Order: sequence, then C-alpha cells, then structure tokens
Amino acid sequence: MAEIIPKRGDDAPGDVSSSPARLTVNVSDGALIPDRGERSLFSAWRISFFGAIVLLVTLPIVSPSPYLEILRFIPDGVVTTFQVTILSILISLVIGLITGLGRISRNVVLNRIATIYVEVIRGIPLLVQLFYIYFALGQIVQVPRLTAAILAMSICYGAYMGEIFRAGLQSVPKGQMEAALALGLSRRQALRKVILPQTLLIILPPVGNEFIALLKDSSLVSIIAVADLLRRGREFASVTFEYFEAYTVVALVYLVITLFLSKIVSYLETWVQKRGVQ
Amino acid sequence: MAYNSDTRVCIRGARKQFGASGEIVALNGVDLDVYPGEVVLIIGPSGSGKSTLLRSINRLETLSAGDIWVDGARVTDPAIDIRKIREDVGMVFQAFNLFPHLSALQNLTMAPRTVKRREKTEADRDARRLLERVGLADKEHARPDELSGGQQQRVAIARALAMNPKVMLFDEPTSALDPEMIKEVLDVMLDLAKEGMTMIVVSHEMGFARAAADKVVFMDEGEVVEVGAPAELFDSAVEERTKRFLDHIL
Ligand SMILES: Nc1ncnc2c1ncn2[C@@H]1O[C@H](COP(=O)(O)OP(=O)(O)OP(=O)(O)O)[C@@H](O)[C@H]1O
Ligand SMILES: [Mg+2]
Repeated sequence: MAEIIPKRGDDAPGDVSSSPARLTVNVSDGALIPDRGERSLFSAWRISFFGAIVLLVTLPIVSPSPYLEILRFIPDGVVTTFQVTILSILISLVIGLITGLGRISRNVVLNRIATIYVEVIRGIPLLVQLFYIYFALGQIVQVPRLTAAILAMSICYGAYMGEIFRAGLQSVPKGQMEAALALGLSRRQALRKVILPQTLLIILPPVGNEFIALLKDSSLVSIIAVADLLRRGREFASVTFEYFEAYTVVALVYLVITLFLSKIVSYLETWVQKRGVQ
Repeated sequence: MAYNSDTRVCIRGARKQFGASGEIVALNGVDLDVYPGEVVLIIGPSGSGKSTLLRSINRLETLSAGDIWVDGARVTDPAIDIRKIREDVGMVFQAFNLFPHLSALQNLTMAPRTVKRREKTEADRDARRLLERVGLADKEHARPDELSGGQQQRVAIARALAMNPKVMLFDEPTSALDPEMIKEVLDVMLDLAKEGMTMIVVSHEMGFARAAADKVVFMDEGEVVEVGAPAELFDSAVEERTKRFLDHIL
C-alpha cells in the first residue's frame, strides 16, 4: 500500500510529467511511525510519546510559573492549528481529487492544466506561496489572515493530494474499468462506482501522512500573524522573555499531537492492508 | 461479403492495427457469423488476435477497418450508443475482474441498478437466483478475496448474466484457474450452452469444445484459417497450420 505514496521532500518540480512516475515508500515526512515488526522503532515511539507527555505533566507541577501559565495560554492556538489543518486538508482533498482526475484524463487540455498546477505549486516553497497570497495578492484583494492561510495551505497541499489521487487511481488494475464498461456503465459511472471506492481505501494512509505533514507545516501561518500554536507561544515569550520555556512547551505539544496521529495512520495502514484489495 | 441478417454476431473484414504507425497487425480481415444459440470456440496460438477479436465485439477495442453487428446494430458505427450494445453483450475475463470492494451479490446488482435503474429488491432477487444457478447461493455476502478462483469466475459469469445479455463472450475463462477448479466453471458454461445462450469462447479446453461447441474457429496471425464442427476440425483438419497447432496442444 505504502508504495503509492509519492515521494515528498526531494521531488524536483521537473519530474511530474514523466507519467507513471516511480513511486517510492517514504515515511520520513511524518513522525516516527511505529511498526510492530521493529521493536527498536516501536520503543522509540513510546519513549518519545510518553516522554513528552510526562514532561508536559511534570513541568507545570514542578515549576508552575511559567509552565502552567504557558499551558493555560496556548490552547487557543491548538484550536487554531487544528482549524487551519482540518479545513485545509478538506479543501485540498477536493482540489486533489479534481487534479488527480485531470492528471489521468485523456482530455489534453484538462491533463495539461492539472500537470502545470502540480509542477508550479511543487516548485514554490510553501512559505513563498503563503507570502504571495497574503502580501502580494493582498495588494489587489485583501483577504483575512486566516482565509489566506487556509487558502495557501489548501492550494499547496492540493497539488500533493493530486499526486496521491493520481497514484491511487492508477493503482486500480485496468481490468476493473474494462469490466465496468463491458457491463454497460459509462466512464463516469465506472469511476464513481468502481474506481473511486477502491482508490479512497488505498489512499487513506498516505492522506493521513499528508494530514500530519500539513499540521506541522501549518506552523508557517504564524508568520502572517495567525494565532496558531506556535504564534501563541511566541506571544507569551515576547511578553515574559521566557523563550526557552515557551518554545519547549510548543515543541512538546506538536510532538504529542503528531506522534499520536502517526500511530493512527499506522493502524490505518495495517487495516487497509488487511482489507487487501485483490 | 455483406451483412448477414440471420446472425446474432456478424463480423466482416475486421482489421486491427496497433502501434504508432500501425505496424502490429492483430486482426487481418476476419469474417465470422455467429447464429443465435450457437456456441463458437476460438482457438489459436498466442498473439493470433483471439482476444482482440473478442474485445472488438463490445468495442473495448476499436477496429481499424471492417464492421461488426450485434443483433442487427452496427457496433462499429462511431455514432452508435455503445453502452446500449454492451448491456446486451456479457463478457467474462481470464482474470475474473470482480469488483473487490463489493460482495458477490453487489457485484451482480451494481450494473443492473446503475445502468438499468432496477429496484434494489428486484435486482437482489434476480441476483440471488443467478448465484444459485452457478452454485454459490451461500456466498452472497462473501467478498471476492474470500472466494476461490473457481468461485470468483462463477460469480463473474453470473455478474455478466445479470444484465440479461444476448451473447456471452469468454476470454480464456479457465486459464488462470488451478486444474481442480476448471471443471466447476466449465460445467456452468455447459449449462449455459444447453439453455441456448449464444456464446463466443476463447479457450483450449478440448473437452468443452467437443461437448458444447457448434463450431471451432482456428485463428493464426490475425486471420481465420479454418472453421469447422469440433470433431471435423480436431480429427481431420484441412489446413497445414491447423494440424500443426492441434498436434501441439492435443
Ligand atoms: N493494446 C495493445 N497494444 C499493442 N499491441 C497489442 C495490444 N493488444 C494486443 N496487441 C498485439 O496484437 C496481437 C494480438 O493480440 P491478442 O491479445 O489479440 O492475441 P491472443 O490471440 O489473445 O493471444 P493470447 O493467447 O496470448 O491471449 C499481438 O501481437 C499483441 O501483441
Ligand atoms: Mg488473449
């Protein structure tokens, strides 16, 4: 299943058009993913996860000032971080579905538009896209910070989702479409009833990994003063000058969230594998 | 040769080329008449164009030249609604191609409900009847990966029958099966033949050919080399190429 994850991180923008791209397993973008087969990795996850929780519990007890104050100050930020992440992932799923369908479309125009979108977006750093939408386009139409943040994250991740959808759609054997067409279904009906349900199951784990990556990348929106988790930590520190304490808590909270989510993704992975698509 | 209106499937001058410049000739002018209720077996070496011919009948492949009619409708007419024709042409694949995310019953009802807008209760009832007919009444809730190869292929046959087709196409339906499962699939096909279904079968199962086929077509290099009744063709083929091929597989 994991081999449909398009390799992230080092994808040169040029490699998108070489159609059935070689896809490789890559989990390095998420947090450590526990694997029951590898004990050392599993215990590494446990040490990190429970270590972070223990620190988050004991620090405020041992030294309530400033740790308890920080913990009281940042929950708003956690809410905002999740708000940005969840809304962005939902919009990027829609964009990704359309892009993925475009990338496998036999309509040359649609195909080209989808491919150009993926090329362009993957070639521009997320931070630059964020600045572009908020500051550069802001000179033409000023959108609220939160909207700009969600827009930028969605457009950026939509391109990656598009590649996941494309890989997922292409991983469904050709015989499935042929069987559906032979029964008298239209191409559109075959996509909806036969191809997409199989695709959605297959892409569940990689989409989960994107969710974790997006959650971490969402910290970038603090730069345009969206009050997310990182921003709240910085606001606290800029008043009290307790940078070490504030950012320690921020880092620990991110760590707990991403480690927890990556555990869920790894369960999803085993579950999908068990469902074993032919 | 002109269109023969007595046929269920009529193939005239079928030509199919593959490759950028059409350098691969898969079909090189095939003529074939299949009458209602007839069972036609197609044999021939690998690459002789058997699958291509079969797939041209429901236009999974588009011919480069020539014409095919199914029940009077010209399949090769670019303006025709090919979906209407495909409803009448059942197809069974070597690799079964069942829908893995659906149960056996849902595999059968999906197309009738989607394409023909059948009511769920009606479609379910008909599907159960068909599953019973292929001996899988107890498997309606099973997913394809919970079934053996022979069971999957029987579900696939029932799935095609659920559309009430006028002709059934089989492309090597038993060649992906373990030997002990071949019989259960051939038995279902034999029953179908007895009930008068028009069938075009690509297969090298000689037992099935002798028991059920009205005629056997030998293809080589995209051409129909020889056509005859099973006994006639197997025991006293006229063409040298047919004899050589039969010596090879019998
Ligand atoms: N999609 C395609 N693209 C290019 N060439 C093709 C394609 N499909 C079939 N061919 C070629 O057409 C010829 C006939 O192929 P076909 O699959 O019809 O043969 P076959 O008789 O069914 O063989 P087999 O017994 O191996 O299934 C072969 O040379 C094959 O390589
Ligand atoms: Mg073949």
